Amino acid sequence: MYITDEIIIAGFGGQGVLSMGKILAYAAIYENRETSWMPSYGPEMRGGTANCITIISEKKISSPIVSKFDSAIILNQPSLEKFEDHVKQHGFLFYEASTIIKPPAREDIMVYKIAAIEEANKMGKKQISNMIMLGAFLEIKPLVKMESVLAALKKVLPERHHHLLPVNEQALIRGKELIEVNYHVSV
Amino acid sequence: MSQEILLEDMQCVYQKPATLTDDYMHYCPGCGHAVAHKILMEVVQEMGIQEDIVGVAPVGCSVFAYNYMNIDMQEAAHGRASAAATGIKRVLPEKYVFAYQGDGDLAAIGTAETIHTINRGENILIVFINNGIYGMTGGQMAPTSLLGQKTSTSPYGRDVEHNGYPLKITDLIAHLPGAYYVTRQAVHTPNTVRKFKKAIKNAFEFQKLKKGTCFIEVVSNCPSGWKMTPKETLAYIEEKMLPEYPLGDLKVPTQNNN
Amino acid sequence: METKKSEVRLMKGNEALAEAAIRAGLDAYFGYPITPQSEILEYFTEQIPKRRGVVLQAESEVASINMVYGAAGAGARVMTSSSSPGMSLMQEGISYIAAAELPCLLVNVVRGGPGLGTIQPSQGDYFQATKGGGHGDYRLIVLAPSSVQEMCDFVFDAFKLAEKYRNPAMILSDGALGQMMEKVEFPEEGSLPHIVPDWATTGKKGRERNFITSLHMEPEKMEEINLHLQKKYKTIEENEVRYETLDVEDAEIVLVAFGLPARICQKAVELAREKGIKAGLVRPITLFPFPKKILSDLSKKIDHFLVIELNAGQMVEDVMLAANGNCPVHFKGRMGGMIIQPEDVLEEIEKIIQQPILQE
Repeated sequence: MYITDEIIIAGFGGQGVLSMGKILAYAAIYENRETSWMPSYGPEMRGGTANCITIISEKKISSPIVSKFDSAIILNQPSLEKFEDHVKQHGFLFYEASTIIKPPAREDIMVYKIAAIEEANKMGKKQISNMIMLGAFLEIKPLVKMESVLAALKKVLPERHHHLLPVNEQALIRGKELIEVNYHVSV
Repeated sequence: MSQEILLEDMQCVYQKPATLTDDYMHYCPGCGHAVAHKILMEVVQEMGIQEDIVGVAPVGCSVFAYNYMNIDMQEAAHGRASAAATGIKRVLPEKYVFAYQGDGDLAAIGTAETIHTINRGENILIVFINNGIYGMTGGQMAPTSLLGQKTSTSPYGRDVEHNGYPLKITDLIAHLPGAYYVTRQAVHTPNTVRKFKKAIKNAFEFQKLKKGTCFIEVVSNCPSGWKMTPKETLAYIEEKMLPEYPLGDLKVPTQNNN
Repeated sequence: METKKSEVRLMKGNEALAEAAIRAGLDAYFGYPITPQSEILEYFTEQIPKRRGVVLQAESEVASINMVYGAAGAGARVMTSSSSPGMSLMQEGISYIAAAELPCLLVNVVRGGPGLGTIQPSQGDYFQATKGGGHGDYRLIVLAPSSVQEMCDFVFDAFKLAEKYRNPAMILSDGALGQMMEKVEFPEEGSLPHIVPDWATTGKKGRERNFITSLHMEPEKMEEINLHLQKKYKTIEENEVRYETLDVEDAEIVLVAFGLPARICQKAVELAREKGIKAGLVRPITLFPFPKKILSDLSKKIDHFLVIELNAGQMVEDVMLAANGNCPVHFKGRMGGMIIQPEDVLEEIEKIIQQPILQE
């Protein structure tokens, strides 16, 4: 399968961008894989945007900092503009439908448009849009098992928010369903 | 030969405490440091705590205090004696720890460390020798120099507009909740020496009880820096220093209600 | 649970370092908050009260380092941590500690400078760390981790070296390494025993008094002490050099980088090799003592050194001294908190090897 997957997750601060990366990283170590999680660095941290690079690999990771990505999960317009060109050829780009009005233009990559915020609002909890995005991503790229992701979610979500674990789990499932419905993909 | 016999017949009524080394002190004739060292070490001997005490020497005239005090000691960076003493006390909470500092060290460059050490209520004793001048570096103005006092860096006399006021740091410290016992003493007369000794003893007793910081200011002299004979300095202390820095307790345990 | 050796955790570099210090038998930590290393103080203030040791948030870096002086002089296993501006404030105290030969651990999670600078990663404090930093002739033992695992492991190594040589040891990290998360496996707690040294000021029970000082008024005595220190540094240089190499055997161009950039360079070597370029990498692990010999040996065999740093060019001077004119030494750096990318390094490599080699 995938030997190494270099993933960029980017959006506004508060969208749960860093947590998404952390969940992937925790899930990876639960499966005894190599992983690194690198939060935003450099001047792009200013202006309220945040990003992190998560790498999951079967072998020891050389650089935790890379500028070409196998996968990109993008939650706002400025981040799309910044990172669209950094997706490797034949790579994967997932973007949030309502915050990104000018969609990606590349044709040499796989692009998935996810109505995560709309779905989250329908589910009555707009904070779970990041989990919908993550669910969609994992449906296309099952880098880690769902059970590892749920264990990781429990680790990353502060204990005082653990009553929200079920709704987060539902959000992950909803994300997977969106892919199936819209892209007729079954893995 | 005959002299030795005579000595044997004599009764010893006064001797230097064993807690002082045999080194000759480098202090100028008439300097209060020598007296303060001796009294401090007398108390250490009388309380039998020579093997359970660690002292910290500052930068200033008493930088070599460790040459004279026959106890474990550290020499700290300028102004940081109370920080070093904090480090020692935190890892050796059952030992007695004191910092011995001058006015430049404690009340100028080390003001932050002084205030915060005491505000944390570190269970240490701070002995603060205030002679209103920088002795070691050759008689420059100290934060505690008196108004009008001529020093090598205030050659026309300390001027409020230019240099501000003498810093009564002991008064400030007395307001800190972490300070348990704050007193201002002197060592220029037999009576003041006796009181100073009692204050040192009190401070170590309180340290044993882990009550907070004990702080003893000693209003002292500097014959060389003041450009006076030792005898003249005694009058200067009485006439000039003590009106500005009056002797007595600023904070005693009864005021702490415990 | 905490002490199981096989236990693997995902942790930030700063937290891994702090956890490692507790497991290494840390007696006391004194520090002052500064980004990007405040997690270290936060971790200690949360963990130490539940476990063992002393933790104290000091009023400044100046106070912190002098508390370290006091506690190290009293024989404790002690450390502080800071980031660049705070480390500058500590330099006077570090000079005293080095002069008084007190073992301790200093951690600098370097950020971009000069001045207040930025909170992003940098290696701009290489000179300060490796050439002394404060006043006078002294050296720190400097270890440069490049992974979260090494942020843990080097704590043990640094305490061992500091105590072996009675010398302050520094872990020179950077903001990115402090903030990133990776897998880390911890050694068991209590695996690094600590004996209170006989020179410590612990109260003179049953022995002559001890005193800790760095003041010696007679120049003859002070020179003697300097000679003693220099001899010690020489011994350290002879015995404690550590480095790592990658693909240097057949290399024509060798990258030299420490810390996180060494991993970026590792990736660049992979990319270069894919293109058929014979690239290799030397990663100095100890920055003092500096791995002069391997660099000197390589300089006679290779066409180029390319030094990659997150500064304006500091370690490159040491590489030049080691190469001693045997081969050209090139430099590429980013500053102010910017990070270099593997592709940038590759581009630089290609630029260099395309240059015609001048024959004399």
